[in-house]
Amino acid sequence: MLFRSKQKAVAEAMAANLSMAAVEGRSPWADARERFLRNKAAVVSLILLSLVVLACVFGPMLLPHSYEDTDWDAMAMAPTWHNLHLFGTDDLGRDLLVRTLIGGRISLMVGLMATIASVTIGIVWGATAGFLGGKVDTVMMRIVDMMYAVPYLLIAILMVTLLGREFYLVVLTITVFSWMDMARVVRGQTLSVKSKEFVEAARAIGVSTGSIIFRHVVPNLLGIVVIYTTVTVPGVILTESVLSFLGLGVQEPMTSWGVLIEDGTGVMETTPWMLLFPAAMLSLTLYCANYIGDGMRDALDPKDR
Amino acid sequence: MWSYALRRVLMTIPTLLLVITVCYLMLHATPGGPFDTERKVSAAVMANLQAKYHLDLPLWQQYLLYLKSLLQGDLGASFRYADWSVNELVGNALPVSLAIGGGALLLSVVIGVALGIIAALRQNSLIDYFVMLVGNLGSAFPSFVIGPVLILLFAIWLSVLPAGGWNDFDPRYMVLPIALLTFINVSTIGRVMRGSLIEVLNSNFIRTARAKGLPLRTIVFRHALKPALMPVVSVLGPLAISSITSAVVTESVFSLPGLGKLIINGASNRDYTLVLGLVVLVTVFAVILNLLVDLAYAYLDPKIRY
Repeated sequence: MLFRSKQKAVAEAMAANLSMAAVEGRSPWADARERFLRNKAAVVSLILLSLVVLACVFGPMLLPHSYEDTDWDAMAMAPTWHNLHLFGTDDLGRDLLVRTLIGGRISLMVGLMATIASVTIGIVWGATAGFLGGKVDTVMMRIVDMMYAVPYLLIAILMVTLLGREFYLVVLTITVFSWMDMARVVRGQTLSVKSKEFVEAARAIGVSTGSIIFRHVVPNLLGIVVIYTTVTVPGVILTESVLSFLGLGVQEPMTSWGVLIEDGTGVMETTPWMLLFPAAMLSLTLYCANYIGDGMRDALDPKDR
Repeated sequence: MWSYALRRVLMTIPTLLLVITVCYLMLHATPGGPFDTERKVSAAVMANLQAKYHLDLPLWQQYLLYLKSLLQGDLGASFRYADWSVNELVGNALPVSLAIGGGALLLSVVIGVALGIIAALRQNSLIDYFVMLVGNLGSAFPSFVIGPVLILLFAIWLSVLPAGGWNDFDPRYMVLPIALLTFINVSTIGRVMRGSLIEVLNSNFIRTARAKGLPLRTIVFRHALKPALMPVVSVLGPLAISSITSAVVTESVFSLPGLGKLIINGASNRDYTLVLGLVVLVTVFAVILNLLVDLAYAYLDPKIRY
């Protein structure tokens, strides 16, 4: 009897504990957010990157200059308070701050769109290959291997040469060569998710393969997708800048960070600020994006818990 | 091992065919022919030109002819540089790219591995921070930012080295480009080497070696180095391919007459055969490099047996 009551007490204590735990329970996302916020480098990077994005989006509206108008009083002027040319002007008298911000818009837009496109392709490709398995998987992953073996920049150069240098074509070209990492990672994760009980249950009650993949498997890939998306962004922005730097990106008078750096390289002897400001903005963005990616990985990677 | 090697070699063929076919079709899908000039040519001359370059044949025959000449090692004639074949242009440019790219890769393996070892052995020392700093800088600052800064520093402000150009393998012109490529590669190799050596040094067989009382030198060079080098070997393939990519940027920054410069010029002049030939050539290069790295990996790692 004594034993029985003792057992009961223990059980009650455990139940109390359990309900306590339920009250204090946090979703894995809240957990991840807390871990991310504890990472100082990642938080500082996030703030800096947000500032860069805000400046690029709203800055050109607030500043009194346009990105293509010449200020005849200030040709190739070093940074100055005069007329508010804070980054100076280029050799055509165009305000460098506004041009840098407008160029940032293009670079960030290309980065955003190509990332969304390549992430989508990667998820669909990887989830399909991983879930279906067998021959389909082999063929699909062989194609990914092939894409890896290709020197992408040269093919990108060929594509841009042949197709033209429209904004969306640049996005397309970059997308074609940046979805493979995501596909590989998603496939790996799908393989582990697909042997879980809830997938078996879904299959047992007759859910179609398509719905299982996109309703049950894909949502469980979110963590890893978020990590690799943040890793993809700097890579994509970098590729866009390389293409622009080589003179194969968007066309004048439109501009992007790569174009500005290329322009600046030509005249760095006389007007070094034309090189240094855009280069600093691009590097700051890449640096922050890398740190945010690291922070995301530490926060969301299930292995390190 | 041999069956794996054979399978791996056979696998490269579809990759090559795919790249060549896609590029070839893309080239032919674009509007405009190679002889569309301001001045109209007479119909007879046009027909002769078309016949000479087999442009009057159906597409699939042209494609097979192109493949055949590729197999014979002939990349065709350049559309823009009159009297030059693509082979001759490549022949002039290749040694420059090889000297810069190969030199940098060799140098960066030596420096990267050495720095990685020291950083792993002296964690949190000055040299460790240095390796991590280089790794960070290399991943955040693209080569086309570091390159111009190097020129600004050494050529313009200090004026000790030429800002760019090429003078028949004069080493003075090779210092900055090789330094740039080496820096970028060392940032990867150093980081990978440091990480993998730290991991190996924490494993049980190293603890055994320590317990036996072996000196540090023997532990590192006899026991730890070989397994720690494996990840370095596996990044060499992607790194070699990305050196081809960064060669395009480097040669453009330092105006070197290499393959990268050639392809950029070809692209901006719309010299289709030249660009196609270069893409094919570099893809073959990249595929072979990947193959070698994979085979080396399979040979070196006793855990992988195919």
